[in-house]
Parts: sequence; C-alpha cells; structure tokens
Amino acid sequence: MAKVTVDGIEVEVANGSSVLQACEAAGKEIPRFCYHERLSIAGNCRMCLVEVEKMPKPVASCGQPVGDGMVIKTDTEMVRKARRGVMEFLLINHPLDCPICDQGGECDLQDEAVGYGRGYSRYDENKRSVGASDWGPLVKTTMTRCIHCTRCIRFSTEVAGVPELGATARGESMQVGTYVEKALSSELSGNLVDLCPVGALTSKPYAYTARSWELRKTDSVDVFDAVGASIRVDARGAEVLRILPRVNDAVNEEWLGDKSRFAVDGLKRRRLDRPWIRENGKLRAASWEEAFAVIADRMKNLPGDRIGAVAGDQCDAESMLALKDMMSALGSANIDCRQDGAALDASRREFYLFNTTIAGIEEADALLIVGSNPRREAPVLNARIRKRWMTGQMPVAVIGEQADLTYGFEYLGAGPESLRALGSFTDKLQAAKKPMIIVGQGALRRDDGAAVLAAAWSLAVQFDMLNADWHGFNVLHTAAARVGALDLGFVPGPAGKNIAGMMAGGVDVLWLLAADEFETAKIGAETFVIYQGHHGDAGAARADVILPGAAYTEKPGTYVNTEGRAQLGFMAVSPPGDAREDWRILRAVSAYIGHALPYDNFAELQARLVKLNPIFGELGEVRRLAGTNVEGPASRAPMGSAPFVNAVHNYYQTDPISRVSPTMAACVAAHYGVQAEAAE
Amino acid sequence: MSTQAEPSSFEFDAEAEALVVAAIAHYPAGKQASAVMPLLDIAQRQMARLTGSAWVPTAAMDAIAKRLGMAPVRVYEVATFYLMYNTKPVGKYHLQVCTTTPCWLRGSDEIVSACKKTAGISEFGETSADGLFTMTEVECLGACVNAPILQINDDYYEDLDSTRTEALLADLKAGGALPPAGSRNGRSGSVPATGLTALLPTTEPAE
Amino acid sequence: MLHDKDRIYQNLYGLQDWKLAGAKARGDWDGITEILARGRDAIIEEVKTSGMRGRGGAGFPTGMKWSFMPKQSDGRPSYLVVNADESEPGTCKDRDIIRNEPHKLVEGCLIAGFAMGANTGYIYIRGEYYNEAVRLNAAIAEAYEAGLLGKNAAGSGFDFDLHVHRGAGAYICGEESALLESLEGKKGMPRMKPPFPAAMGVYGCPTTVNNVETIAGIPTILRRGAPWFAALGRPKNSGTKIFCISGHVNNPCNVEEELGVPLKDLIEKHAGGVRGGWDNLQAVIPGGASMPILGKETCDTILMDFDSLKDVRSGLGSGAVIVMDKSADVIKAIWRLSKFFKHESCGQCTPCREGTGWMMRMMQRMVDGTAELSEIDLLETVTRQIEGHTICAFGDAAAWPIQGLLRAFRPLVEQRILDYQKRNATPMAAE
Repeated sequence: MAKVTVDGIEVEVANGSSVLQACEAAGKEIPRFCYHERLSIAGNCRMCLVEVEKMPKPVASCGQPVGDGMVIKTDTEMVRKARRGVMEFLLINHPLDCPICDQGGECDLQDEAVGYGRGYSRYDENKRSVGASDWGPLVKTTMTRCIHCTRCIRFSTEVAGVPELGATARGESMQVGTYVEKALSSELSGNLVDLCPVGALTSKPYAYTARSWELRKTDSVDVFDAVGASIRVDARGAEVLRILPRVNDAVNEEWLGDKSRFAVDGLKRRRLDRPWIRENGKLRAASWEEAFAVIADRMKNLPGDRIGAVAGDQCDAESMLALKDMMSALGSANIDCRQDGAALDASRREFYLFNTTIAGIEEADALLIVGSNPRREAPVLNARIRKRWMTGQMPVAVIGEQADLTYGFEYLGAGPESLRALGSFTDKLQAAKKPMIIVGQGALRRDDGAAVLAAAWSLAVQFDMLNADWHGFNVLHTAAARVGALDLGFVPGPAGKNIAGMMAGGVDVLWLLAADEFETAKIGAETFVIYQGHHGDAGAARADVILPGAAYTEKPGTYVNTEGRAQLGFMAVSPPGDAREDWRILRAVSAYIGHALPYDNFAELQARLVKLNPIFGELGEVRRLAGTNVEGPASRAPMGSAPFVNAVHNYYQTDPISRVSPTMAACVAAHYGVQAEAAE
Repeated sequence: MSTQAEPSSFEFDAEAEALVVAAIAHYPAGKQASAVMPLLDIAQRQMARLTGSAWVPTAAMDAIAKRLGMAPVRVYEVATFYLMYNTKPVGKYHLQVCTTTPCWLRGSDEIVSACKKTAGISEFGETSADGLFTMTEVECLGACVNAPILQINDDYYEDLDSTRTEALLADLKAGGALPPAGSRNGRSGSVPATGLTALLPTTEPAE
Repeated sequence: MLHDKDRIYQNLYGLQDWKLAGAKARGDWDGITEILARGRDAIIEEVKTSGMRGRGGAGFPTGMKWSFMPKQSDGRPSYLVVNADESEPGTCKDRDIIRNEPHKLVEGCLIAGFAMGANTGYIYIRGEYYNEAVRLNAAIAEAYEAGLLGKNAAGSGFDFDLHVHRGAGAYICGEESALLESLEGKKGMPRMKPPFPAAMGVYGCPTTVNNVETIAGIPTILRRGAPWFAALGRPKNSGTKIFCISGHVNNPCNVEEELGVPLKDLIEKHAGGVRGGWDNLQAVIPGGASMPILGKETCDTILMDFDSLKDVRSGLGSGAVIVMDKSADVIKAIWRLSKFFKHESCGQCTPCREGTGWMMRMMQRMVDGTAELSEIDLLETVTRQIEGHTICAFGDAAAWPIQGLLRAFRPLVEQRILDYQKRNATPMAAE
C-alpha cells in the first residue's frame, strides 16, 4: 500500500494505483474523457491533469502511478489553468450543435465545460469538419464532434475483440473510423455509444427520439440471453425508447449485447393487445370473458393427464410458478420448459448451472468449450472469457463448430468423439489448477444430449474441475427463463409428459406460456392450444385461444441467469391495450375454472416462490457451489457421432421481440447478407 | 497511371516475396508486426515496378495484415500515419519539395515554382496530365546545409535553384533517366562550397 | 578551435573510402576485442568520465543512461536502439555519419550493446534517407562478413546482431518512445512515462535509445580515453559536436567543432560568414527548429554548448544553426516552423493536436499583419497552454519557437500589424 495525500486528505491505495484512483479514493472527482476504468490507459485527453508536489509540470493523473508519500493537489490555480486550457482546445474544433445533438444532457464535454469552459470563444478560425461515415445500423456517427479520446478504438480492440476501428492519418487530420467503410461486426458495438464521451457516436435507431431528461428510468434485467445483464429501461409515456446497461461487476460489468439494447423497437410491433378466439379456422378478436369461457368449456371434464403446459424462453419465474400451480391444481404433471428438448438434468442444480460463475471465469486457467459459440449465445459473457484469455493465463479449446470467438483457441474437433480424445489440450487441462468446461445447448439439444452431459461431467471429474474450492462445470444457457424454470421445477412430474410427448398428441389441451421456440406446427392437430404471450409469433399462429400477456418491460418478475443468480426486474410501462401481466391472467383463469390460485398479489406470489425454493429470495446473489459431489448425471445411451450444431447462428433474431425488430432485421441484412433476411 | 483504380487484390510477386521474408527475419519471433513498415514499402515498390506508380492500395494493406497476423485497421493506421506511403497513385516521378524553414531561407519557393512550371502542375498533391510527375510538399528532409532540396523518388537533388530544377525536370520529361543523386552545384557532400575549413588534406590523420 | 587531429569524424565529408577497409585505415575497429575485454562496467565508467551527453537534443549524460539498464536479465532480452530518425529542421549531421562514417556507428553499436548487455540493436533511420540506409546496410554486411557482428562478435565471446529499420516520414518518431512504437509496427505515438524505456522499451523489454552521433563517438572515446574527450569543450559540456550551419551564410556546411565554440567563430570560420557580413545578421536559431530564436546581440557573444544556450532560454538541441540575415522575414520563418509542427503532430494529445493548428493559423495572420494586436498575447497564451501539457516534448517544441519570436522580435510583430492597419485604414475608421 502507498500512503498519499490528496488535497490534504491522507489515503492509502494499493501500490501501482494511479494518481487518479488515489484522488477518487479521497473523494475527489477528476474530470476525464479518455480514461475509462475498463479500458487501457491512453492519457491523451489531458483533462485529468493534477499537481503533484516536486513535479514541475501538471501530471496526467490517469497514467501516473502513485508513489508513497506523494502529495497531490487537485484544485490549485495550476490545475484549473491546465484544465481550462485543455477544455478550450477541445472546444475550438467541436461544433456548437448541442441543441440538435442526441448526447445533449448526458455529454461529458458539456458537463465539464460548465466547470472549465469560458463564456466565449477566443477561436477565430474556421472549425474543422469531418465527412460522414456509415458504421452500420446501430451506431450513428457524427465525427465532427469527435474529441479523439480513442475509447471506441480501445473498446473494440480490447473488450469486444473485433478490431475494426482505428485512428487514421495524424495530427489535426486524424480521424477515428474504419477507413474502409463497413458495418461494425461486433455484437457489443452498442457499448460504443455509452463509451463515447461526446455526441460523435450515438444510437442510430434512437436518433432524435427524445431528450434524456424526458425519460422515466426503470431498473430491470435483460432477457435476450441467459446472462441476465443489468439494464435500465428508459421510457416516455407508454413507450420504451431505449435500453442501457447498468453496472454489475458480477454479471455484465457495464456492457450489453446489441440485441439486448437495440431489439427494443420490436416491443411495439405485432403485439397481442387483446384476446383472440379461433372460430372456423380463423382467429377473431374477443373479450377476456369470451376467451375464458372457451377455455373453461374445453377443459371441462378433461382429466388432468390430458392437459399440458410449456413455458417459453423469456418468462418470469412468477408466471411460470402460477402456471405450474394451476396445472397441478388441474391434476397435470405435464409441464416442460425445455422447448428445444435439451437434455437438461434438473435433479441437481449443479448439473444445469454455470457453476464457475461469470466473474469466476477470471480465475480460470484453462477452458474447454463444447457445443457453443458464446460470442453469439452470450456476448457479454464472451467478453469475460476474452478478458481472461487476454491475460495469457487461460488457454481455450473448442469442440463443435469453428467460429471467430474473438480469442484464440485450439480446435479439437466437431463432435462427441473429441470429448474422448482431447489431444494436446489434455496436458493443459492436466496442468491447470482451475480448469473449466462450458457445455452449450448445442451439445445438449440432441438425442444423445444426456450422454454428452454425462461425458462432459466425467471430464470435469477427470481433470479435477470439481473440488472444495472450485467448480469448473458449466452449462451455458441461451434462454433467460430456463434456469428459473428448472429451479421451480417446470419439468414433467412423475409420469408427466415432456414436450415431445405433449406434441405427439399426449395432451388435448396445451397451454403455451410465451413458448415460440419450437415447431408449433407439429403440435397434434387435435390438440387445443392456448397461447399466452405478448407477440404474434409461432405460438400465436397455432393457437385456438390467445391471451395477451406482457413483455418483460411491462411486468415485474424474477429471472435466474445461467449462473443461478436470481434477479428482479421492474415494470417500466404498462402492457398495451387489453394485455395484462401474465400472473394476473393465470390467477383470473384459475378462478374462472374453479381452481383459484392461492395468491392475490405479486408479493404473495413471490413469497410462494421463495418458499418453494429459497434461491428466489437471494436476489442479486449467487451461491457458488463447491464441487464436492462428483457423482454425475445419469445417462443410459451412448454418445452419437453427429457434429455439434450451435444453438444460435443468427444472433440478432432469437425470440418474438427481436424477430419483429426492424433494427435487428437491418443487422441481419448488414452482417449475414440477404439470405438470412429472406429466410426471416 | 495516376488514374489507376484500387485493385481488387494484391499479392507479393517473387521478387518482393524474397524481400518480405528477409524483412520479417529482422524481428523476433512473434513480433512480426514490426515488419509492417518494411512490407508497406516493399508493396509500394512493387506497385512502382509493375504499374509505374509507387503507391499502396488497400488490397495490399489487407494482404500485409493477413501476412503479419494483424487486424487490417492497424495496417491502415500505419499506412496513413506515415507520409511516405502513398495511399493514392502518384506519377512516375514523385517530386517531393522541401519547403521547411532552412530550405525556404535558401529559396525553396523558387523550386516550387520551377516544378510547377516544368511539370505542368498547379498545386501540391497534383499529378501532371501526362502522369509523369506528382508534386508533394514535404517537411524537412534533413539535408539542410545543401538546401534547397528536391527529392525525386528515392534521390535527393541538392543545392538547387530555379534554373537547375527546370533543367533537371526538362530532362526527365524528355525521357532522360534520373541523374545521380546529390548536389547540383558540384560540391561534395556538406563541404563548404568554397572549400574545406576543416580536415584539410595536409593534416595528419587522427591517431 | 578544434584541431583536425581531435576530430572524431575524419571522413565527415566523404572524401575518403567509407567502406571497412577505409574505416580501418582511419583507425575504426582497431583493438575492438581489447576494448570489449575491459568489461561492461569499465566501459560505462569510461563513458561517464568522458562527460558525453546525448547528441540528439536533450543532452542527457550517456554513461548514466546506460547504467539504467538491468545488470542481470530477468529473462527478457535487452535492446539497443539507435535513433537515426534525423528530422529536426536544420539538422543533417547523422546523415553524414551514416553515409561517410558508417563503421563508426556500427562499431559504436557493438560497444554500446555490449556495455548494456543487449544482444540486439536496431538502427531506426528516417525513411527519406534511402540511399543512406543502403550504405548503412552495406557496412553492416561488411561487418558481419568480417566477424565483427553476429555470433562471438569481434572475437569478444559476445553475440550481437544489428538491424536497420527504416521509418516512413514522421518527425515524431525521433521522440524515443514514438520511435519504439514505430519499431513495433505501430503509429509513432509517444508513450506515457513511466515506465521508461530502460525498464520497458521495445517489445516490453529493457531498451536504451541513443542518437547516432552519440553512439558513433563512443569508439573514439574508448580509444583515446575519457580524459581526452573531457578536456575538449567546457565543464559539463565536453567533447566535440557536429554543427550544421544552414540558411543565410555564404557557405552552408557541416563541421565538427568543440562544444563551447563561439557562434560567431563557427559561422565566420566554417560557413564563410553571414551573407553581407556579420552586421547583416538578424537572427539565429541555434539548435534546430524547436529551439527559441536568438537576436543578433545574443549571437555576438553566445557560446555553442548545452548550458550557455540554456542560460539564454534557448538550447543546443541537435546543433543545427539556422542563420537569418536582415533580408529574412523572421515572422514567416517561424510561421513555417509552426506549419511544420502542425503537420508533424501525431494527434494524440488534445493540446498539441488542436493547438498546433491554431498557432499556425494565428502565425499566418502575424505574417500578413492581419492579426489584431491583442492576438499577440492570445498567441502567447496558447503556446503556454500547450507547453508542458502533453505526453511528450513535441508540444513544448511547437510552442518554443513562437515564444522565442515574441521574446526577441515582438516589436517587429506589432509593427507588421500596425503597418497593415495603416495601409488598410478606411475613411470610416479614420474619423
């Protein structure tokens, strides 16, 4: 530790800390543009200058390491003069277009100019202007506003691992950009908008939509993958206008995937905003009363065994529990959440969790990825893998499809046979103290999925990934709802049918809770389908009755991420039209059919959830399990030989919301070419 | 030649390839990115050899990036940062006129005018209609005691004035080859024009 | 003044053979094995005693710089990097060493590499010196051929490889950390210090960067002994220096002289005097573009060494003497330097990227006289806002020429503006 004095305040900071960090420890705010905690230090903006005793010149605090006994001053005439000078230089070529700049109100340059700017300009020359450049559908550029802090360059190079941005030419002609015009191909490109301290990079879909101070901000949880990134939902009136990440070091640091950020325009399209009933093969609008009547009629005298329910990928735990409770009240054990038929073993929690935890990746020293492309399935988690890989202390190997994951890896093979013969990676796993394995849904949603799961577990045991201090076995989910569903037991009860059984005529009434990710057209023709959800997608197309539910921004709800971390999202806006929060719909139906659920408000439902499984009460937390029980999941059949096929190929369209998002469609066109667009 | 379009692909030919291999060998294993500057130079010289215009098309930068395991944008950055890489085609003779203070004091304005007049160019950055000359304003070439200097391709022509410059370019225009580099007023290197003031021939050599 | 026998560069003008045979005839490589046999510490001590200060511009004591290199490797190799990116306007001394005395440089590299435990050296030569690089490579090839480089170099038991890396037109690469970035295959953007190159230089390894003239002088110092070198010049400013005398002199030339030589003697003896005689002198930039300009009165008596020039708020820099007679427009001469700095700013730091262009544009109005009188102070303020606020010293270098101009020639600048206003006074304004 080093003892330093900042403006007379003594603080102790770790050796190697920067002067800027020491200042923050002393509670002194240091203005900065180029410096960012999660990026390498550039030291180029020169705004963070401070005075250090015995140093003749002002010091860039971001890059200066502390020394024991250093005396730092952050508010002297020298410091103010230096910063005012830097501010003047930043402003001389910065356009005065704040009134039409989308950064207005949340612009670092604007904010710091209040403190260090002068009331008038001494600059009499023409201002520099920079031509337009197109970075694709997500990030809008106005490079005349660029202050050359290079945060965007450093982010794309270091964090995203897709180095497409650079600063070309030099001096005052230096330009930040791609040089050869192209759409940014990182799934994390939206973070550039957050990182840009000025209005050079703004959100293209959100352009000229609102001023930041008009927005109502609600904390929530992302549901577009199973990472459970912390988000903030910004809405005006009834409309969600944008989604931003919130800082959560344990999960998403401060990053967010592009789909999670930009699919928001899908919330306004193809919404189910009233109940519908199918009559003579055609859907017609109906009232809640009519819809309930049809359902009650269809269920009358039906044995519980002939009723089933499937929960979708973006459902909150409360709705799923309400549905499960209703099904058991009806005497049915036919419930399933594994739409893709993945061989997830719910018998022990560690069989289906990302046990290492996301932050734990930073301790791992060898990683084997099986049947997954984390870049497309969980871009934020992938950034964590890359972060660790960049230290050079975690070699990576892949079994499955080959792809650019943004880090280097040893490719071991395409299918299960490679699980048995790890080749040269064996030594690295053997040598590792904290090795980990990630099993993707691509490895599990196949006929031999259970065998693959068991084989992966065996590898974990073989290479000592499971011990008292470390749990290196990880399942990477792609569905936000999945772990919560497994935690509350949304899987077939004793003698209950799974999704395949239900689809093959095993039930007469099938309740789909926002379940759209399976071949609904293959549901038995005789089966009466009730679809409860928010978008007119695959489920609604097959439905006999449609009950309009709420999207994730329109209801409170608990989601458990792939690590097993329960997190609560709040309601940002009301559901559209007649649509209602899903648990309320289920509560109402249950009463209508004579099996009223025993909770009358959300709090009571939550209490029931926690009683069922205490993990739902540990909000924000994760229990890091010790790998002390090495007994693996059961598997009867042997592994096959088919190559693993990843769960997500089209990152931008994975669910009912993103599939109707014009922005996501534009991304597909930009990145996957016309074919994928046509396929959609 | 100044109207060359961006080629869609670029490959080092056999002559260049030998140079590429030798260039990479100068740097430690794993540090081959260091060779980006020599490779850009080799590519530019290959273009000069094959097309008559010394420049580096984007396709060549991409080929270099691939060869050295770098992100293409890192090569673009380097290629645009350093003045000597021409990212656009130039004429057969690249007239690089130094106009920095030491040359300016010795009459570089005259040299610029002479170049414009003889080559038929009106502004810096322009290429003459016949594609023979491109004129670029360059900063101090580091031969200041022989100012003013005109660099044509690789060679420095020193101690110039208007007449000598016009003669030099007229000769090139008439199809002549580049004369040997160096002073155009007959003096040797950086010796004072009227003769040695140090290292006089009578002096005993140092011990 | 310096006797010919005390000149290090006997072939400065290239009148003799530059090749190995010629170099050996002049004494180069003589006893190299014995020199190295003295050991690292002894060599560094000798260099320290000689008082050699870096010839690139900053004048840092060379022996001390070498002593910062690790004595024991922590597993990382050490590197010697020679700065031959000679680009400071007015400077062309290293060019003569490279083309006429390349073996002094090559031999110096071996000795320096040995002394700092670096088995590899890179000479970073500016890209425009194409022909010079060709010759340097030829000299290196000769040295390898003769067993003076490579494995067991010169029979010393020490392995030393030497490479030439050509720049491509960027003044900033003369800044040592920018040079290292460039050598690594990046843009030449200076690094923040700490860490210093001796701890983390090229490829993250201990590195020392020395100027060509510094390194090329070392073999002679070791042959003739530190006392010989230290006795030349003045205390703390010892030895010889190549001066480049350009501009308005009768015979622009390079010449090796003793440090501390009076500027007037230097110009009159070697450069044939100021055009039109000493009294026709208006100003001198004594140490390359970044060093503040001196008016004639200072020039009358000033001695050419590090400390004398520092005392008059200028500097020896690279030893480039740019002379202006009374016909010169000194304002325009400095404007052209502002244009140079604006063109060569790497663009990394805000004050330099934005400020160099602003200064140049204001200077343009000073040249034309179209500025307002009040802008002179603004210009001065802007130079102060740049100076000392950037990662490297380029910002200072860009600011100093203008500060020097305003210090020495402010009345001239004011008069230019007043003259313009007088010429263009409208009847309205006259009222």
